[in-house]
Amino acid sequence: MRYTSYVQDQHLTIALAGEIDHHAAREVMRAVADKIDAYLPSLCCLDFREVTFMDSSGIAVVLNAIRRMRELGGNLEIKNVPAQPMRVLKTAGIEKLMELGSEAK
Amino acid sequence: MKSDNYIRLELPSRSSNEAVARGVVAAFAAQLDPTLEELGDIKTAVSEAVTNCIVHAYPDRIGIIVLQCQIVQDTLEIVVRDRGRGIENLEQARRPLFTTGGAERSGMGFTIMESFMTELRVQSQPGKGTTVRMKKRIFSRRVYQ
Ligand SMILES: Nc1ncnc2c1ncn2[C@@H]1O[C@H](COP(=O)(O)OP(=O)(O)OP(=O)(O)O)[C@@H](O)[C@H]1O
Ligand SMILES: [Mg+2]
Repeated sequence: MRYTSYVQDQHLTIALAGEIDHHAAREVMRAVADKIDAYLPSLCCLDFREVTFMDSSGIAVVLNAIRRMRELGGNLEIKNVPAQPMRVLKTAGIEKLMELGSEAK
Repeated sequence: MKSDNYIRLELPSRSSNEAVARGVVAAFAAQLDPTLEELGDIKTAVSEAVTNCIVHAYPDRIGIIVLQCQIVQDTLEIVVRDRGRGIENLEQARRPLFTTGGAERSGMGFTIMESFMTELRVQSQPGKGTTVRMKKRIFSRRVYQ
């Protein structure tokens, strides 16, 4: 699991890469929380383009990020989600909580 | 029923073995020529079952997880067994969003196994352990080529 992030106009983008399972989730969760708390953005975007696998551990990562952004009065967005993570996110009903963006090709 | 091929493997409940388990099952399942989506479903379901052993069955020790797979005709059968804490109320445990795991879990593991696989059966005895049985029928692409 790797990630990179950048901030532009109050918008924080965190690009996640690799496999998000329980083994990797704690580190990802901490990284996302630390970045949000450091930049206090109005919008946080998780870019899933390079995510090669995700299970339910990733759902908790997304839900925690949504919760933190709402506490700050901001929003969370997810984009470029490949097919496998998309199936997991849809099963969890995440699209009812937020815009899921289009599926990555 | 006669099994065409099988594997049986024991893993200590270390989180690094989640990737090992789904990788092994994916390699074994390749014989059925699954689509990428079917393979993704299988890997996800295995990851859920094995993670549950690591997180819930053996919360404060390293225990043994037994993983078995067999192919019967066009169907992959997977068994994941632990000798850990067990589940008091199975019906409640299988409900979407039910979790005893706090903010790090979402309570979606069983729901994902159930919707990604053709069949899911769970047996458990508190204090004795849990056995998860899953089947996935692969609609072979070869037939149509
Ligand atoms: N092998 C197991 N041994 C003991 N308890 C288990 C086992 N598997 C599941 N459970 C219990 O069933 C509950 C539901 O499991 P499920 O996988 O659906 O959700 P979760 O693991 O809590 O969250 P998620 O899978 O979304 O990260 C768990 O919270 C736990 O209490
Ligand atoms: Mg689980």
